[in-house]
Order: sequence, then structure tokens, then C-alpha cells
Amino acid sequence: MANDTDLTTRPSIAVHATGVTAAGVETSPAPVMQLRDVSVYYGSYEAVRGTTMPIQQNQVTAMIGPSGCGKSTVLRALNRMNDPIPGARVSGEVSFHGQDLYARDVDPIQVRRRIGMVFQKPNPFPKSIYDNVAYGLRINGIKGRLDDHVEEALTQAALWDEVKDKLRKSALALSGGQQQRLCIARTIAVKPEVILMDEPCSALDPIATAKIEDLMFELTNDYTIVIVTHNMQQAARVSHYTAFFTAEVDEKQVRHGRLVEYSQTGKLFTNPADKRTEDYITGRFG
Amino acid sequence: MTVTAPPPTRSRTGGPDLTRAALAGRRRFTNHLATAAIWAAVLLAVIPLALVTYTVISKGGGVMSLSFLTEDIPNSYRRQGGGMAPAIVGTLLITGAAALMAIPLGVFGAVYLNEYGKQKPLARLIRLMADVMTGVPSIVMGLFVYISWVLLVGEQTGFAGALALACLMLPVVIRSSEEMLRLVPDELRQASMALGARKWKTILTVVLPAAISGITSGSLLAVARAAGETAPIIIVTGIVFSPNWNLFEGSNTALPAQIFRNASTSFPAAQDRAWGAALTLIVIVLGFTVIARFISSRFAIKER
Repeated sequence: MANDTDLTTRPSIAVHATGVTAAGVETSPAPVMQLRDVSVYYGSYEAVRGTTMPIQQNQVTAMIGPSGCGKSTVLRALNRMNDPIPGARVSGEVSFHGQDLYARDVDPIQVRRRIGMVFQKPNPFPKSIYDNVAYGLRINGIKGRLDDHVEEALTQAALWDEVKDKLRKSALALSGGQQQRLCIARTIAVKPEVILMDEPCSALDPIATAKIEDLMFELTNDYTIVIVTHNMQQAARVSHYTAFFTAEVDEKQVRHGRLVEYSQTGKLFTNPADKRTEDYITGRFG
Repeated sequence: MTVTAPPPTRSRTGGPDLTRAALAGRRRFTNHLATAAIWAAVLLAVIPLALVTYTVISKGGGVMSLSFLTEDIPNSYRRQGGGMAPAIVGTLLITGAAALMAIPLGVFGAVYLNEYGKQKPLARLIRLMADVMTGVPSIVMGLFVYISWVLLVGEQTGFAGALALACLMLPVVIRSSEEMLRLVPDELRQASMALGARKWKTILTVVLPAAISGITSGSLLAVARAAGETAPIIIVTGIVFSPNWNLFEGSNTALPAQIFRNASTSFPAAQDRAWGAALTLIVIVLGFTVIARFISSRFAIKER
């Protein structure tokens, strides 16, 4: 698999991230992704307004906030998953290794190969466990030694021991927590750089949740993770950086999602800079 | 409506009475009435089905034999014996060719409607046209193929019959396949998209396999309906008395057309052949069903 970060359909021009500085709050090595004044529109409705934040490499970045604050919308903007929604549009710049993901010649397929996604509801394909993991490899034209890749992905997703004897069985026969880990295995099988997780534990019990949280910690060795969660404790447990979003009503009585505060998780939870953040994390919200 | 709950009665052990007798008489009566009504409905639905099957088997079974399946149709209705081989050949060839044309086209059409067209004006128009086409009587479709194809090539052929049947099947296949594609959860398309699959790849490897058994059932219904069509066959394929294996040259015939011709005579020998043809047709349609179920079960996704 090609590891260059060229996202265009023409494979020759590889743009490397040099000299991109973090415009975020923290000063750290060049972030793998950078949002600059990103607004997401559904038709004429501006769902999220003016988001600027970095995504640091090999770290977990959590997005928290009340329902309807646009955190999932921002997450889906990071790998162009909003594209098929009629009327969805992004302004501002979402860059990945310094390359604008919404530039005209960028192929969304290439973007999604490098920036994978795990969804709220476990959604394995109605195929065998093996075929689920092998799916991404096959569609990306990786041939030979599929078995090794599948085993590696399942091992990384901490699922191998539970399923190694029933790889040919349907993925739908697995429990919810196993299905979600299978979805993570399916995502990491294609070796993306960034994994986006949209409330990956909200449909799971505490034990399955704990397993996935442990897994996230392991995965940061190789991957960058962005997670949207409703659960503040989860954000505090698993993330290095946290972005707090909220919904605000503007002068025309229209609700917009806004990024209120972005900082290191420890700082955001113990010493928030913004009053709204403090109200939310201490439960005085609304 | 007032609820007629009896005062809570106590059983001998002192706990609440959980036996059926504790229910109010009226509720028990309603329950029995509903059960009886459902059983009566089932019986009413099964009676015509069983009677048809019984009549066809008892009347057609008499003439059924190997020679009936392999011999030519007698030129004279009056003559005893003979068989239905030309009509069996015709039915298999014509229906098969019609299915080969209509099912792929219909499934592609459904893929367009559900995956690409969605609510675009063109898709709405196609949907409307398909619905209108479903309602077109088969004899009208026969006449349409007669003027647009038979007059063009100058002779009645089996292929003309296949064209007419394909036109009849197409809207059914489109609409039933679209319904099946719509049942495929969007989460699966999203999951595939997030792995970097192109749209056609997602459709081919995720959406269609997830819907294949439903699509097969819908297509099968269309095939079964087409296999029994009489009017267009009589208009556009003509008649033969010995098997014609060439769809594109010379007249042909099919079982429904032979049932119609033979049953509408007053000769007992011809009427017997009509019953035999009816039984053969039912068995062929049953055969189609079994084959399609088998194929779709091979493709279908196993739940466990």
C-alpha cells in the first residue's frame, strides 16, 4: 500500500507537510490534520460555524458537547462522509498533511482510505467475519497474504482470540461489543492514518466499552484517533486533547454548533478557560 | 370503551389468581372469536388453492406420460394421443429468453432508481412509467410487439413472444427490486464508503448481495406470471405442431396458448391434452421457483 499522502487521482504529486504550524492552542509537532475556520452547511443552514483546531498525530482527540452541537458533523467533515448528503457543503480549510481535503482535484475515495471511520451502531457487513476484515483489502486491490492481514487486524483490534475458530461464521452472530471491535478491525485492516470514531461505545455495555477504550489506547501507537462522545468520563479517560462544542442561537434565532474550547484534556477538565465549558463539565449546563 | 375487569379474585394459596378462569367472560369470548375467525380465513384462502391443484392433477394426471412430454401436437384436435413437446420447448425458450432480457435490465433499472436517481425528476418519471406499465393489459403488450416487431421482421417468432413477455416482466422486476434495495440499511453503504470503496463497488459487493434473495423472489414472481401469459403468445408467436428450437425463425407455441386452443374445442381428446398441458405448466413454474430459491440461497448471506 502506498504510504504517501497524495490524495489526488494522479499519483505523482506528493505534497508533504513541511512548515505547517499548529494554529491550535498547544504548541507541539505539526498536527496530522488542521481545521481552519471550518463551517459545515446543509443547504442554506449553517450547522457548524467557524471551527479551528488541530488533530495531533498518534494522540486521541475527543469532541464533546451536548446533542445537536455539531460534533458529529465536524467529524464527518474530516473524511468527506458528508459528501453524499444533498446540499451538504464545507467552507474553510480541512487539511491533512498540509493538503486541503476539499480541494478540487482531491478524490474522496483516497481521503477515506487514509482517514477511516467507525460508526455509532456496529455495522458489520452481512458476510463472514473473515470477509468483513478482508473487504477493505480486496476493494483496494491488495492481493495475496490476505490471511496474514486479516489476522493482524483482528489481533490489533483485540478480537483474534475470540473469533479465530469461527472466521467463516457470519459477523452478525457476534455480540454488539465484538461487532464493534470487528468494525474497528475492518477499519485498521486498510491501515489508515487517522481513525474517526462516532460515539463508538454508545450502543455497548460497560465491559465492552472498557475493552474498546483499552483498544484505543493501544491503537495510538500506530494511529491518530478522533472520537466523538457524549460521555465526558470517557473523554477524560481516553483522550489527550479535548474539543468542547456547544450549540448557540444567533441574532436570527438560528442554532449553530460552535467550538468553544480546545485544549489538553487534563487542562480542559480541571481548569477550563471558558465559563460555558466549566458549566457543562460540572453539570450546570442549560 | 370501558374495561370490564373483574374484581381481583384470590386463589386457594392466597396469591393472585393466574388461571384463565380469572379473566372476564367477555374477554375470553373475544379471544376465542378472533382465533376462530383467523382459522376460518386460512381455510377460505386454502380451499381454492387446494381445489385448483386437485382438479389439475386429477384431470391432467390421466394423460401425463413420457410420450405426452415428447410427442408432437396432433394436427387434428379430434385425434387421440399425441403430446405437448412443442409447447414445452416453446414455453421454456420464450420464458427463458424473456427472463434473460427483463431481469438484468430490471435490476439495473432498480439500482439506478434507488442508488443514483433517488428523487430526481428522471427517476420519478421512470417510477411512474413502471407503475403505469404494470397496469397495461398483456394483450395490449402483444399488439404493441406485433406492430413494432412482427410486422417489421415479417413473421411470427418465438423471440417476438419473448419480447412481449419481457415488456410485461420489466416493470414488476424494477419495482420489486427497488423495494428490496431500499431495505438494505444505509449503514452498510456508509461502512463501505468509509473504507474507501467506490460507489459501484459498494453496490456490487455490499448492496446487491444483501438484497439478492428478495430480488430473486420478485423476479421469480414476474417469471411465473409471464410463463402463464396467453394473449401475447397467441398474437405474436403463431402456432407450430412440432418443436421449433429456433427462437428467431418460424412460428412457435407455448403451453398457455395450447391450453386455450385445446380447451376451447369440444373434442374430449383435445380437452385431455389441455389438462395435461396445465399440469405441465404448473410443474415448470414450480421448477423455476425451486431453481431460483436454490440459486439465491447460494448467494444469500447466512445469518448464523
